[in-house]
Amino acid sequence: MNAVSSFFHGIGDRFRGLPRWARIVLMVAAVVFVYFLPILNPPLITTTDSDFGAVLFTCAMYALVAIGLNIVIGYAGLLDLGYIGFFAIGAYTVGVLGSQHAKLPLLLCIPAAMVVTLISGVILGAPTLRVRGDYLAIVTLGFGEIVRLILINAGGLTNGNRGISNIPTPPGVDLFEIPKIRWEGLTAFVDLDNTTTFLKFGVTDSVPYYWLALTLVGVVLFLDWRMQNSRVGRAWEATREDEDAAELMGVPTFRFKLLAFATGAAIGGLSGALFATKQQFINPDNFTILYSVLFVAMVVVGGQGNRWGVILAAALLTWAPEKFRFLSDARFLLFGLALMALAIFRPQGLLPPRRSVRASKADAETEVLEEGVARA
Amino acid sequence: MPDTTPDKTPEPAKGKVEDSTPTAGPRVDDEATERAEAVDTTPDTSVDISVPEVAALPKGKLLEVDDVTLRFGGVTALDGVSFHINTGEILGLIGPNGAGKTTCFNVMTGVYQPTSGGVKFMGEPLGKRKKFQITKLGIARTFQNIRLFHNMTALENVLVGADAHHSTGMGSALLRLPKHHAEESEGEDRAYELLKFMGLDKRANELARNLPYGDQRRLEIARALATNPKLLCLDEPAAGFNPAEKARLMELIQTIRDQGYTVLLIEHDMKLVMGVTDRIVVLEFGKKIAEGLPAEIQDNPAVIAAYLGVDEDAS
Amino acid sequence: MDFSLLFNHFWEFTITGLAFGAIYALIALGYTLVYGVLRLINFAHSEVFMWGGFAAVWVLLAFGASQASGLGIVGLLVVAFATAMAASALVALGLEFVAYRPLRKRNSPPLIALISAIGASYTLSETMGLRDKPFKLLGIDNKMVDYVGRPREASPFGLNIETKRLFHVFDYQVSNKDLIVLGSAIVMMILLDQFMQRSRLGRGIRAVAQDPESAAMMGVNRDRVIRLTFVIGGAMAGAAAVMYLLKVEQIRYNSGFLLGVKAFTAAVLGGIGNLRGALLGGFILGVAENYGQAIFGGQWKDVVAFTLLVVILLFRPTGLLGESLGKARA
Repeated sequence: MNAVSSFFHGIGDRFRGLPRWARIVLMVAAVVFVYFLPILNPPLITTTDSDFGAVLFTCAMYALVAIGLNIVIGYAGLLDLGYIGFFAIGAYTVGVLGSQHAKLPLLLCIPAAMVVTLISGVILGAPTLRVRGDYLAIVTLGFGEIVRLILINAGGLTNGNRGISNIPTPPGVDLFEIPKIRWEGLTAFVDLDNTTTFLKFGVTDSVPYYWLALTLVGVVLFLDWRMQNSRVGRAWEATREDEDAAELMGVPTFRFKLLAFATGAAIGGLSGALFATKQQFINPDNFTILYSVLFVAMVVVGGQGNRWGVILAAALLTWAPEKFRFLSDARFLLFGLALMALAIFRPQGLLPPRRSVRASKADAETEVLEEGVARA
Repeated sequence: MPDTTPDKTPEPAKGKVEDSTPTAGPRVDDEATERAEAVDTTPDTSVDISVPEVAALPKGKLLEVDDVTLRFGGVTALDGVSFHINTGEILGLIGPNGAGKTTCFNVMTGVYQPTSGGVKFMGEPLGKRKKFQITKLGIARTFQNIRLFHNMTALENVLVGADAHHSTGMGSALLRLPKHHAEESEGEDRAYELLKFMGLDKRANELARNLPYGDQRRLEIARALATNPKLLCLDEPAAGFNPAEKARLMELIQTIRDQGYTVLLIEHDMKLVMGVTDRIVVLEFGKKIAEGLPAEIQDNPAVIAAYLGVDEDAS
Repeated sequence: MDFSLLFNHFWEFTITGLAFGAIYALIALGYTLVYGVLRLINFAHSEVFMWGGFAAVWVLLAFGASQASGLGIVGLLVVAFATAMAASALVALGLEFVAYRPLRKRNSPPLIALISAIGASYTLSETMGLRDKPFKLLGIDNKMVDYVGRPREASPFGLNIETKRLFHVFDYQVSNKDLIVLGSAIVMMILLDQFMQRSRLGRGIRAVAQDPESAAMMGVNRDRVIRLTFVIGGAMAGAAAVMYLLKVEQIRYNSGFLLGVKAFTAAVLGGIGNLRGALLGGFILGVAENYGQAIFGGQWKDVVAFTLLVVILLFRPTGLLGESLGKARA
């Protein structure tokens, strides 16, 4: 498993060593490749039992979730077990404003969803972020469940168990058709019968939604990077490291924790809004507490604090169950076993942040030296 | 001022950790020494670390501790303690272990609220101000047990301190407003200045936890100085040092004072503080038993009584 | 909102609330014990409870004694309690060995232990949910159909004792089940209290909870104490499972989850790490959510429970009785 992170970090090092033009070319190529994944349908990666475009959309949506939750858990060190609650609030804001009680266009619903989740993040965080870490976990777990129960029971607002349908889709244009690639063995065919219409947000074709989600992932990543590399990111890290010391160094820790919590909530709301518009139908069953656990697993498996790591884990944990659908029933069992194995054999996650890689290297060196001393 | 001590070795920062490792096989030991001495960490006290707002403070009482009593349940940790600190001096707060020195620090920095009495800073009562507000007001401290942000680099640690007088928030950070850039570069300049002063500039990008013990101690002081403190409180900064290292640190603290800072120094080693402090306050069992010039304290019978038997382990 | 229901059936809601509260309390003891000693939220404790319940069902099935009357009830209960407690204790012990001990040896941070706990929770409940698979492979699933058939559905039965109304408390007729649940819960709690107070092992647990290092220096074997806390917590969860079977009369592979969350809530409510707190928290939670159900309607029961938790934590961040396993007794 160590190979995973050294492989990726190796790539990172090589990449940084390249001249500027080469880096740009490589980056553009990688981005293009990721955008065209559902068109290319690369063998081995593509899923045969379920629509690859839909799987990729889910990957991108959960990547967004993971980036948001990474701010809360990875940067600020707050264990949030109720993230699904924000996801649900985001989805239902779109449902209620776009279909159930008003017919607002989606482009208004999405910012509204983010604002509503941001506010609910503040409302939940303001009282609870003062309590200790372990309690925060259980309070947020309770919150996630409360949100679901309210969705079921506040029928006037949410239409209860029947859910909300006819959720608006993003505005699109029908420009041209892009044929997908079909593979037989290692030969590729252009499949003219199986096409995706560029930017037609319909019911059957998931690819445009994937592009939308991917674009949002890019934007949020950029903003995430800007946050982390600033006074805000440093304050989060200091708070996570030693809250009292941070406070005594002039960091208003509570304010920054609340900021992380609310920012994370807003990103969760954004991904929930995406979910709603893609599904066009939502009901409370989409938001059970088990998803919260899955989200936390993404962040921890990926390596808390590393945005690329958590994206990788989100994609992996979404894609693998779809890819190995034949295991159907046993998927959750394997998921559980994998989590335990990970905790025992690779606690820092698949792709820990570079600083902790550096740190553990230095620790290992020291250990070798100390052992040497002890032996001599 | 700098580099005048005759016994100055090229590696002053070798801390307790290295010192306590048993002398072992020469090969390994050489390697270890090499690693620690790979970079020169001699403090460069010629660097100007003064800040105008601190230098411009009027003379007189900077901080007044006024009849402070602090009880935890039935235990009285501080009992009617009063003293003051003048701008620009080094005040030594000494006393045997458990005398209430650190508790006194904690009251001054907002960790504890006094049961009765209060603390005035620049003539204004601290009241119920929060810890970070007191830091922004101008009191910064170090910790008896090192409390750095261990998984952040030395530079980042100091930057967090410098951020105390910054105000970049989410908006400026996301939009990269001019304020963000201005504060980032100001913070970095200030941080490098302080790291250079402490002799840590070549270790700026190492994680705090990987620094030798002595470097960590000085990094804590650098981090506190980065907040531009009007009063710098050092809680046993020389703990775990050997006598030569202690002497060098005391010299460093004097340089900090000479650059315009006011210093409150906790130390239980009485001999050590005699040379550096301008005035000394002695605590025992939560009560002030003496206050005065070092020479007066030295001959004070109550202090001598309090220190009997403690002297051994303190040196 | 309707208070008349609560006023008219006050004692009914109170006594059934207490009965469920007893179940929460017994499960909460397991969370609190482990938290006190290890500072770890044993997320998989709810599955320990669920396994105990199934074990009891299976053994009774094997004896062909799912129903009983008269003196037979006593025998049935003894067998059920013994089986469930032993099974749960075993599962808890195994859990500690597989999911937590390796982490302790590596000094993993708490969040990692929680991930392992979540993984163990999935593993345990899914194993129960897939229990037909190995028997299918062996081709004997038909013979075992009572035990492993339809693994995702509820168990064929719980402890089916005919409900008898025994006596009145004001307007509510207390049933034999209420009595059994409350009575056996109280017996368990007294036994645990005596154990923690009087026995050497109980003192060991309290010592480790208070100060692991000093305890180790005084010759307390920390690993043994940890195993013991898992065993005791497991046995209590097993007892709770039997009571659950009595009240609910069935159990599913995922029955543990919500119950576990509530029991943990109860533990936090009373002050996690504090045994008496767990008991108090359990009873308060059980009664409060029953009152809430009466006032707001059944569908709001769980919302009431969690809201209560949030409100209490706001005003008493360390729970009602504070957190200290060292000082507290059961």
